Formats: sequence, C-alpha cells, structure tokens
Amino acid sequence: MTATLPTHRGTDTAVRLTGVRKTFGQGTRAVTALDGIDLRVAPGEFVCLLGASGCGKTTVLNLIAGLDQPSAGTIELSTSRPAVMFQEAALMPWLTAARNVELPLRLAGVKKAERETRAAELLDLVRLSGAGDKRPHELSGGMRQRVALARALASALNRDGDGAALLLMDEPFSALDAITRDFLQSELLRVWQATGTAVVFVTHDVREAVRLGQRVVLLSSKPGRVVQEWAVADLDAPEGALVTEEINGRLREVISSHAA
Amino acid sequence: MPPEATAPVADHAVEGLDALDAPPEQPRRRTGLVRSVLAPIGALVVFVVAWQALWAAAIWPEYQLPAPIAVWDQVWKVTQTGQVWEFLWVSVHRAIIGFLISLAVATPLGLLLAKVAVVRAAIGPVISGLQSLPSVAWVPAAVLWFGTTDAAIYTVVLLGAVPSIANGLVAGIDQIPPILPRVGKVLGAGRVDAARYILLPAALPGYLAGLKQGWAFSWRSLMAAELIATSPQLGFGLGQYLHNGMSLSDMSMVMAGILLIFLVGVGIELLLFRPLERAVLRARGLSGSL
Repeated sequence: MTATLPTHRGTDTAVRLTGVRKTFGQGTRAVTALDGIDLRVAPGEFVCLLGASGCGKTTVLNLIAGLDQPSAGTIELSTSRPAVMFQEAALMPWLTAARNVELPLRLAGVKKAERETRAAELLDLVRLSGAGDKRPHELSGGMRQRVALARALASALNRDGDGAALLLMDEPFSALDAITRDFLQSELLRVWQATGTAVVFVTHDVREAVRLGQRVVLLSSKPGRVVQEWAVADLDAPEGALVTEEINGRLREVISSHAA
Repeated sequence: MPPEATAPVADHAVEGLDALDAPPEQPRRRTGLVRSVLAPIGALVVFVVAWQALWAAAIWPEYQLPAPIAVWDQVWKVTQTGQVWEFLWVSVHRAIIGFLISLAVATPLGLLLAKVAVVRAAIGPVISGLQSLPSVAWVPAAVLWFGTTDAAIYTVVLLGAVPSIANGLVAGIDQIPPILPRVGKVLGAGRVDAARYILLPAALPGYLAGLKQGWAFSWRSLMAAELIATSPQLGFGLGQYLHNGMSLSDMSMVMAGILLIFLVGVGIELLLFRPLERAVLRARGLSGSL
C-alpha cells in the first residue's frame, strides 16, 4: 500500500483552495454556489466539510476532483488524481467486485498479474477478500461501499510516486442503515490510518463529522462560505459531545438566517 | 476524534454483518422443465386438435383450410426430396449476411446518434420513423433501382434491420445511469476508454434487445422481398416457395411455407438471442422472469 517512488510535490499540503468561487448560469439568473472558499488540507489530515443543503459541499468536492472548473480562484493538488467516492457505490454491474477494483488499474495500463495482486490487497484491506468473485447485486449496501472504497484507493494508489495522497468522499454512508454506517465509519478510520491518505469528507451529519474528522469545517448555504472551523482530533467522549452541541448550535443559526 | 473512535470493531463483527446483510444467493431454477417444455407442447396439441375439428366440420372448402396432415405431408415431401435444405440455405444465409451488414452499419450509426447532438437532431427522427415503416414498402423501389438481384434484397433487409439495431443502441446508451460515466472520469478514463470500458458494456442490454429486434426485422424484410421479387436468378428461397404455393392455389403448400418461415425465425431467437440475453441479464442481477 506504499508509493513506489518517494517524490512528493507540495509536501506540506494535500490540497489548497484559494478564493474559490463557483457560479452556475449566467447574467441575472446566475446563482453563486461558492463565494471565496479558502481551505488547506495537510497530507494525511482528515477534514470534514459540514453544512445544510445548498451549501455547495458537493460542489467543493467536484471542483477538487476535477469534475467541474471553478469560476474564480485556484485549486492546488499534490496528487495528479484524487480518489473519489460518491453517495452511491456506483459499481459497474457487469463486473465482479475484484474486476471493479481492477478497473482504474486497467485504465492506467497496469499488467494483468499486477492488477490482480493489487485488487486482492485492496479487497483484503476493506475485509472483502472472500467476495472478489461476487457481482455487485450479490453484495449488501455496506459491502458495495467498501468495494467502491477499494476501487477509489486503487485509482489513487496507482499514480506514480504520490501514493494515496487524497481521498474525496461525498456523503458515502448516508444511504446506509445505522448499524452499517457505524461499522463503516470505524472501517474508514482504520483504512485511513493504514494508508496515510488525506481525506476530505462531505457530510450533513454533525456527529459523523465530529467522530471521523480531525477538523470540522462548517459552510454556510447560498452562497457557500466557510463559517467556522473546529479542531476535533483527540477529544474524549464528553468533550466530543460538547463540541457536537456547539457545532449544532452554530449550524442552526446559519440555517435560521435563511428564514424569510 | 479519531484516536478514541479507532478502537477497531471486533474482527468478526464486520464479517458477521456482511453475512447478515448480503442478499441470499438465488438458486438457479432447474424445475422449470415442465413449464417451459410441456406447456408450449400442450398449447400446440390444443391448436392442432381445434384445426382438425374445424377441417372435419368442413365449414370452409379444402383450398382455404386444408387438413393438418396435408400441411405436414407438404413439409415431409420437401424434406424427403431434400429441397427444404435448398430453401433454408438460400433464405437463411441471406438473412444472416443481411443481418451482419446491418450490424456493421448500425453500430457506428447508433454511437453517433447517441453521442453527437447534431447528428441526433438531424436524423434521429428519421431513423425512429423508419422503424415503423414496413420494409415491404421498399421492395418496389429496390427492384426499380437494382432489378431482381441480391442487391435489391439486401437493400430491403438493411432498411428493415439497421434502424432497429441503431435505436436499440441509442436506447441502451440513454439509459446508462449518469453516475457511471462520472465514475469513469474520476477513475481516469479518457473518451475512448470510457466508450470501451463503460459506455458499451453498460449499454449492452439495450443493444442486445435492438439486435434481437433487428434480427426479427431482417427476417421479415427478407421474406417480404423474396415473396414479391421472384426471379430465377435469385435462387429458390422460402419466400419463393410460398409464392409458388399461392400461384398453384395450393393452400397446404402455403401453410407449409408459413410454418417453415416461422420455425426459422423462432429457432434463431430461441437458440441464439434468448440464451445470450439471459446470460447478460443474469450476470447483472436483472434476470427477472427469464
């Protein structure tokens, strides 16, 4: 799971957003989704982006992933391609779990034997060694999301030299039942520590953000701006509960400001 | 607050949850034999008995409704003399060649229609419209263009089959969930790789449905063409056999012709397209009632 070459670009930053604006539409009907977002994520850091609907969390992620271009401002990445996970697993239904994990490696021209080894390692990492031959429809929702995680890691781990520099996750557990979500949160933390990747995790769940992240960034809605940040690493349970309450209060204020 | 939260879940908890949550394995149904074989045979027996009864009642004259056994005798006769192999060869090889040409034309056409907006706006409605135009309408034009030659026949077959296959591919591509191409992009697929590894496999079920319909249309078009454009230089196919039956006012021969045409159409569908479709859908968990 380690990079083959130790050459890192921008070693102090996994991703840096400077004055990022995003406007959809043109003229008088233009909608500003993001208004001057500044955000820096350190290598190996776990940052949760939190906000109500319409705060542009997903837009931020799409911009970082290169699925969309900012209207203004700059985005610097230390990796040539971040790993991305969506709310749906979006596995290719005609491929087995192992083939799905191999897909990004195949796209990158990795040889068959190496692909298979790599996919087996990654499936092992997400505790699905026995499910490589299964098709997506034969897996549970939680298993599918873990295959999607392995596939996302495969796409990032393959880049020469920069390792698993950045993992972008867009509410990846929000469609799962409570028990599965709880398990997958623990699994994600385990995988994060095993791979040393930086994570930008988008969620609308304050408890999830405080449980997973080292830092929680609250965004306002319409347009999206950074409202406040909290360092939530190394908190014990009572401290965590206090911060959760504080963030909830602040989130409520932000939402109330939209009442007419 | 990772350090507190990373106390790993007891190792077997995740596996246990997977075992509980994974959908139960679907046992392959092997008990459908009675239903899938005996039911159609039963229906056939009922049909033949009703036919025999109607014939015995002599409501219609013999030249309109022959006895089932008379039709069977016709089939037996051409089988005995070996002529049936000639009919089948002439017609089936034409249908297959016509279908393969249609496939080669319709696949790039369908990709263009699906992915290039201008092409779709320009000729999309025409291609859809052609699907509902009976291809027999092209026979007079094709005969005037090419005379009673193979070229005329292939023209009619292509005009029947190409729109179906192209439309099937377009429908297949239109129905791809938008998330899959996005995933392809974040996994590093360029345009060509996206088409090869994501769009085409994702569109396969719709494409196969188009192929199935394309085969049906090419077989129909071929019979229409053979039936109308008869000439010694075209050889003697099933359509000509049917035409001869009509000329001779021999109803048993006409019905034998219809029976043979039906058997070929159904045979190819059951032996080729049905298993193919079933395999593709089952692999994706879409087997449904198949």
